[in-house]
Amino acid sequence: MYSEKVMDHFSNPRNVGEIENADGVGLVGNAKCGDIMKMYLKVEDGVIVDVKFKTFGCGAAIATSSMATEMVKGKTLQEALQLTNKAVAEALDGLPPVKMHCSLLAEEAIHAAVEDYMKNHPEAVI
Amino acid sequence: MNRIYMDNAATTAISAEALNAMLPCFGQVFGNASSIHSTGRDARKKLEEARRTVAGLLGAKPNEIYFTSGGTESDNWAIKGAAFANRHKGNHIITSQIEHHAVLHTCQWLEKQGFEVTYLPVDEYGLVNPADVEKAITDKTILISIMAANNEIGTVEPIAEIGKIAREHKVLFHCDAVQAIGAIHVNVNDWNVDMLSLSAHKFHGPKGVGALYIRTGCKVDGFMHGGAQERGRRATTENLPGIVGLAAAMEKAVNNIEENACKVMYLRDKLIDGILSAIPYTRLNGHRMKRLPGNVNISVRFIEGEALLLRLDLAGIAGSSGSACTSGSLDPSHVLLAIGLPHEIAHGSLRLSLSDNNTEEEVDEVLKVLPEIVTSLRAMSPLYEQFLQEEK
Repeated sequence: MYSEKVMDHFSNPRNVGEIENADGVGLVGNAKCGDIMKMYLKVEDGVIVDVKFKTFGCGAAIATSSMATEMVKGKTLQEALQLTNKAVAEALDGLPPVKMHCSLLAEEAIHAAVEDYMKNHPEAVI
Repeated sequence: MNRIYMDNAATTAISAEALNAMLPCFGQVFGNASSIHSTGRDARKKLEEARRTVAGLLGAKPNEIYFTSGGTESDNWAIKGAAFANRHKGNHIITSQIEHHAVLHTCQWLEKQGFEVTYLPVDEYGLVNPADVEKAITDKTILISIMAANNEIGTVEPIAEIGKIAREHKVLFHCDAVQAIGAIHVNVNDWNVDMLSLSAHKFHGPKGVGALYIRTGCKVDGFMHGGAQERGRRATTENLPGIVGLAAAMEKAVNNIEENACKVMYLRDKLIDGILSAIPYTRLNGHRMKRLPGNVNISVRFIEGEALLLRLDLAGIAGSSGSACTSGSLDPSHVLLAIGLPHEIAHGSLRLSLSDNNTEEEVDEVLKVLPEIVTSLRAMSPLYEQFLQEEK
């Protein structure tokens, strides 16, 4: 039911972990629904120089977290805000329809982390 | 990679006995059991032999056994057939919250047809209290349907006690015994059941075939309308290869029940004790003693069941889970919620269901691999991180 790319990102997830003193942290989802994603950003001069995640969730939730972090790493905050769940799903060669909400959660987690950064750094211009 | 199959509550591998019994029915014995010629009579002979075998193993009479397409059809037939045939007496049905969907969804459909259904709660182990059944009976009650053993958590229900109550109150009693055949002793008279469902592929028989026992004299409407097969109550040409396979598999499973249950229970207990002692923050779901010999159901906190299953599969181990992601809905298993598990713990459940085909080496391999997988998934779980911080 999952593409090879999903299985690759699920079994060898990229960027797992935490960033101490992260510049922005996004936490979305809830345990009741079975999905929680937490994203950590390190930002320098408006560019995401490092990103890590922790996810409680199914195979698709872990794979979309991994792919989303790969897609925003080295990108500007502006570019990160333009990340869509569709782009994440496409990069994984598609997701089963019942799992599309996982990619939405990944998009929301990245956006939440960027917004958290902006809240902590009101001086930042993106 | 060697595969370790521990999903026997979902389906089992077909036994050599069942397969060998079926093969002639794909060749020489191809007749229609309703035909009058000798080719048809050969088929009829095998069909009735199978019926006698199944009846004998249940303590029933051959003319009380009806072959069906499986457990789901048997449950649908029993419940709808009894409900409509007895509508003039009342419209109330009693069942439990932890029945298989074949029972629950049938009852929900009947509610739309004007029937009233009581879904009895269960205790923390998944046990139905017979006193609750008795209290729920009204003068409108026409049917009670309670499963013999739960497919997810393996809890074995007090069917004989419930059967006694149903008989005293003259209410029809149906039992879904799909998980019970070949695992625990099943006898329609000891249990006082009026109808009983079973499915071949749960005890090393073929898929697509089951049976419904209907006690003589019980008013139950026919299910499939058409020809006069199955004494006019279930039309369609009989699935002879499947029926013959069912009987052969059931004969082997029931006749070896003591030996198999003993072996499988040893493996089950080793697996349960091994997991609970090696992995912190785990719990056994279901009753420790009143439990199917092959059922292991564990909740692993802070991780989600589907991720766990996929990682086990990558290691060659087949299991199942009650998480939402494997149920196709947003809610985790109705059984785990009914025993009082919070959603987040129900999402992290793992069911490993054993059969006599499993070995101690396989159990040892699971006990080696599972803790590593759990550690790795917990390392990426924000819930675990939060829990550890709160512990500090």
